[in-house]
Amino acid sequence: MTENISNCCTDRTVLDKIAAVARNWKGRKDMLIEVLLQAQKLADNAITEDVAEVIAKEMSIPLSTVCNAVSFYAMFSTEKRGKYIIRMCKSAPCHVKGAEDVIKAFEKVLGISCGETTSDGLFTLETCECIGVCDRAPAVMINDEVYGPITPEEVINIITNYRQRREEA
Amino acid sequence: MEETRILLKNIGKINPVSSADYVAAGGYKGLKKAISNPEAIVDIMKDSGLRGRGGAGFPVGLKWSFTKGTPSDQKYIICNADEGEPGTNKDRILMSGDPHSLFEGMAIAGVAVGATKGFIYLRAEYPYLLPILNDAIKDAEAAGFIGKNILGSNLDFEIEIRSGAGAYICGDETALMESIEGKRGEPRYKPPFPGVSGLWGKPTIINNVETLCNVPQIIDKGAEWFRSIGTESCPGTKLFTLSGNINNPGVYEFPMGVNMRTLFKEVGGGCPGGKKLFAVQTGGASGAIINAEMLDMPMDIECCAKAGAVLGAGDLMFIDESINIIDVVENLIEFFVEESCGKCTPCREGNTRLLEFVHKFKDGTAREDDLERLIEIGSFMQVSSLCGLGQASPVPVLSAIKNFPDKFIVKSDERGQN
Repeated sequence: MTENISNCCTDRTVLDKIAAVARNWKGRKDMLIEVLLQAQKLADNAITEDVAEVIAKEMSIPLSTVCNAVSFYAMFSTEKRGKYIIRMCKSAPCHVKGAEDVIKAFEKVLGISCGETTSDGLFTLETCECIGVCDRAPAVMINDEVYGPITPEEVINIITNYRQRREEA
Repeated sequence: MEETRILLKNIGKINPVSSADYVAAGGYKGLKKAISNPEAIVDIMKDSGLRGRGGAGFPVGLKWSFTKGTPSDQKYIICNADEGEPGTNKDRILMSGDPHSLFEGMAIAGVAVGATKGFIYLRAEYPYLLPILNDAIKDAEAAGFIGKNILGSNLDFEIEIRSGAGAYICGDETALMESIEGKRGEPRYKPPFPGVSGLWGKPTIINNVETLCNVPQIIDKGAEWFRSIGTESCPGTKLFTLSGNINNPGVYEFPMGVNMRTLFKEVGGGCPGGKKLFAVQTGGASGAIINAEMLDMPMDIECCAKAGAVLGAGDLMFIDESINIIDVVENLIEFFVEESCGKCTPCREGNTRLLEFVHKFKDGTAREDDLERLIEIGSFMQVSSLCGLGQASPVPVLSAIKNFPDKFIVKSDERGQN
């Protein structure tokens, strides 16, 4: 079960933070998804094998149970991702409003294909299913923020804003 | 045509977090009445004729009676806020603008059947609702509307939020329960039904956000008031989400039975750019695609079904003449291939096969027997899939074949070998 999860070294201090979160829910299997969501935010937006192992150990649940959940839910990634995850909705209401053209614009502006991360580690571009803002289609989520309706022409400004945020940080 | 704002009456008018604002707008009166006579609630809900607003339309009072009638040391109320059906965002509007009406509905359900714990299963795509819901819960607890000894009674009702992690299948009630338990969201075999054996095997009521938001006003104003709105078989209002090629996309509230043409023309303002309407997908991604000639249709469960459409959660996705319908069908089946949980074979394999057939229609290589096979597999999935996902996922393609036969062209002179 674990062979699909990328084996990499997560920073020790990050693992310690994740361990502290998981320890609060020892034996509480029902809190696994919550712990995974929090862990992913701490660890480059991914549940890598070392992260999964820490969670399994601290929550006292089998590693296979952790990996089972990770592989099932779309929000979890086993590969490290960028600081900002761009999730472009490709479900039907966005599709008929031209989502594909917006995806192409993101690919062009970022210089990557869907599923890839920019070399500076800032952006990962993904498509996803309905994000529940069909009244603002076509729509995209960048981390927890929603943009819509957006045109291909607006993509460059959105990306520039995020790049500036990093410089200010 | 003016909206009938019963569920949306507070949206944008009150501070959503504040229970005081909600009370000033007439809120928590239903809960007070419920606590004064818990025994009567299920009967009032039965008399009201309220049916589930998540898509299946099951009678709410009947659902609650199963849980009420099952003795247990612990019972649960779950609010299904996993609004994942493409083309639906009504529950987001309710939760962001009037969360106390949801809490009140859940608390009334708890009082009615003896449940002391409620969960809101919120989809991960709505992270920005978490602060609103959490603050509103704290506010309601501080004011004594939920928590221990609600409204000074000896009854408790706590509400906890659980987040999903991106899985359409978790909109299925038993898959959702698996997910709350921390597992993969795969549907369970039924029976037993959740009303008797649900979350952690305990009797559980699970209702959609919009369903629960209807409850406070029904208890406060009575079943007769509720029955005076909407249609005989579907009393009350319905939230409709208009999306796709429409001038005024959004969520609107009308009595059940409102005509689809009214929603398209008067409310939605028609298609942008003066384009002609070509098709409408009714009831979300798993709903029927009808042609523009079928637009005159009263929107309630029975009328939609009779006309070959689906009310579902009240979604209407409008498709104008510039859109290729095969392309839309392909997009929809890709969605189901992606979201099928893989537990049962008809759904896991069937959706993949449906997609293969649709690709043939898209590139013009489909033969007569491909069409026959597509219909055969789709029909088989509808009767043999474990849960609603696989049972409903063939509906868009099958309805499109029926309503747009000239778009599914086959090379009729070449019957295939196999």
